[in-house]
Amino acid sequence: MQQPNLETTVPNARGYYGEYGGRFVPETLIPALDELIEAFNTALADPAFQQQFANLQATYTGRPTPLTYAGRLTEQLGGAQIYLKREDLAHTGAHKINNALGQALLAVRMGKKRIVAETGAGQHGVATATACALLGLECHVYMGTVDIARQKPNVFRMKLLGAEVVPVESGSKTLKDAINEAIRDWVTNVRTTHYLLGSALGPHPYPFIVREFQSVIGIEARQQMLDQVGRLPDVAVACVGGGSNAIGLFHAFRNDENVDLIGVEAGGLGIESGAHAARFADPALGRPGVLHGTRSFVLQDDDGQIMNTHSVSAGLDYASVGPEHAYLRQLERAFYTFATDDEALEAFQMLSQLEGIIPALESAHAVAEAIKRAPQMPKDSILLINLSGRGDKDLDTVISELGGELDGEA
Amino acid sequence: MVKTGLESIAAMFAAAKAQNRAAFLPYYPIGYPTYDDSLDAILAMAEAGVDGFEIGMPFSDPLADGPTIQAATQVALENGITVKRCIEAVRTLRDRGVDQPMLLMGYLNPVLAYGVEAFVRDAKAAGANGLILPDLPPEEAALVGEACAQAGLALIFFLAPTSNAERIALVAERANGFIYLVSVTGVTGARTDLPPDLRDFVARVRAQTDQPLVMGFGISQPEQARMMSEIMDGFIVGSALVRAGGESVSAVRDLAARLRQALD
Repeated sequence: MQQPNLETTVPNARGYYGEYGGRFVPETLIPALDELIEAFNTALADPAFQQQFANLQATYTGRPTPLTYAGRLTEQLGGAQIYLKREDLAHTGAHKINNALGQALLAVRMGKKRIVAETGAGQHGVATATACALLGLECHVYMGTVDIARQKPNVFRMKLLGAEVVPVESGSKTLKDAINEAIRDWVTNVRTTHYLLGSALGPHPYPFIVREFQSVIGIEARQQMLDQVGRLPDVAVACVGGGSNAIGLFHAFRNDENVDLIGVEAGGLGIESGAHAARFADPALGRPGVLHGTRSFVLQDDDGQIMNTHSVSAGLDYASVGPEHAYLRQLERAFYTFATDDEALEAFQMLSQLEGIIPALESAHAVAEAIKRAPQMPKDSILLINLSGRGDKDLDTVISELGGELDGEA
Repeated sequence: MVKTGLESIAAMFAAAKAQNRAAFLPYYPIGYPTYDDSLDAILAMAEAGVDGFEIGMPFSDPLADGPTIQAATQVALENGITVKRCIEAVRTLRDRGVDQPMLLMGYLNPVLAYGVEAFVRDAKAAGANGLILPDLPPEEAALVGEACAQAGLALIFFLAPTSNAERIALVAERANGFIYLVSVTGVTGARTDLPPDLRDFVARVRAQTDQPLVMGFGISQPEQARMMSEIMDGFIVGSALVRAGGESVSAVRDLAARLRQALD
């Protein structure tokens, strides 16, 4: 079967990636989504916007981020050569800034001076608060109280940057509920407010816009592989919550048939426990459905009620996944697996000790997959990990998970 | 000859119009504060002379709803209410003599999980007349719309103050039963003041369609009901009745009766 040309086929005009995507939102929001599509298309065609954005990426975000050879990790695992795309070195410590800056610039173009956002781990909230501070926009970040408790440094960071952090007490008090509240705010204040959605999910055009702003990750990484190593990787791995860092990495490699694309979901306490956020790995609970404006795989019960999820990493703790991932999986262009909390914690320590790089717990899920996979691969093969963020924000969580025992044995 | 869902809804508007008033459609969720209480509350409102019902089906993530309905439907879920029980509730209400139109209102995902065709078949068999899904705009509604059309059930679409002429034209073309006008940009919830540009919004829609127009969101008081009766074909009251339902069935009956009497 010939691979479809993904560049020209997705999304279609109605925001569909195959049978996934669309826009399932209250009528009140439809004009705002139309306006956003228009603003994005106009901006893309405007050289002044492109130049402004490129300039900010270079002089503010610190792009391009490096590609690092993980020599000691490679040696320890004894298989594939491991490279890290260092999104942890982007300003604010994660890839989220790529999208936050892009969308904040769009908000300015649309004349919207008030921004609402959701956040799970706090990385998107910090990135949004940062972009708002830079551009002089009013910023309100919705965050579940469970996440506020486990991501305190990021809460303080957002406040320091001038954002209001709005605690969300409803439902599971995590990312899903923060998105509900952000949408409720947006539907109320839609005339003056832009919803700066942080992942490749939600109603069209968000999955498309977020992918485009994040695709710089893969574009850079692909070129850096060619420049530094002389060839493309055999495998590219990224963690998948909503899936923005993964789609940002995958997009540039989509037509490189020899590059396997691997997404890693949060396996939590294990699939059979039911306490996880592995939408693709649990056929009992993960089925196509509609949540937050998009049709994709959703963890739900028999009645179609959305399940509460669990992950040690707040950023992966979400019941649905970006629609393009569901599509790439259906096409078998990308493959999806999971890492448990324990595996992520072990990877977190291993990368810290062997490479001097403390990864975000989200990114540690991708590292965990590399730890499983690299030893099975030949020594002349190459495995690329998207290190989507740094782990300083996770120290409280890791200390409590490991009971203060930092001995390398999870 | 038994009327279709759409015919019953049309008859409801015609009857209200003959009395020179708008139709009053209360919203009430199944399972709040208990399953039995919710049925008693709906029955009490039926006896108080309301014109039709929106029967709420709970969803874990009701993003178009404000705090009152969020909390009530959360209680309903904790009471074990499912889509299946909501359909059973409609059947029980019919058995107990409710003859007003009943439209099931919820969110798309539980309907998808139930199966669209099975849902429409079972809802119709139970005696429901239509379906309202605020997260299903017309351009995504082909599947549900087709099933409803075959069963003669109404599938209600929305317009909002932000809707431009193009959206109004699209909804007017696809609408059946009535068009649900959202009074404010926002979520459900009782409000003291309705926006000043409400009449302009209604006039903009009226200029483009002959469909019955029903307003919802924010309506809770008799004087607001009177205003609705002047400018609309129907109106919906939800959160205020749900709040009353948290007190007692008789509080629901009293509020519904006051709102209904305001129209005479």
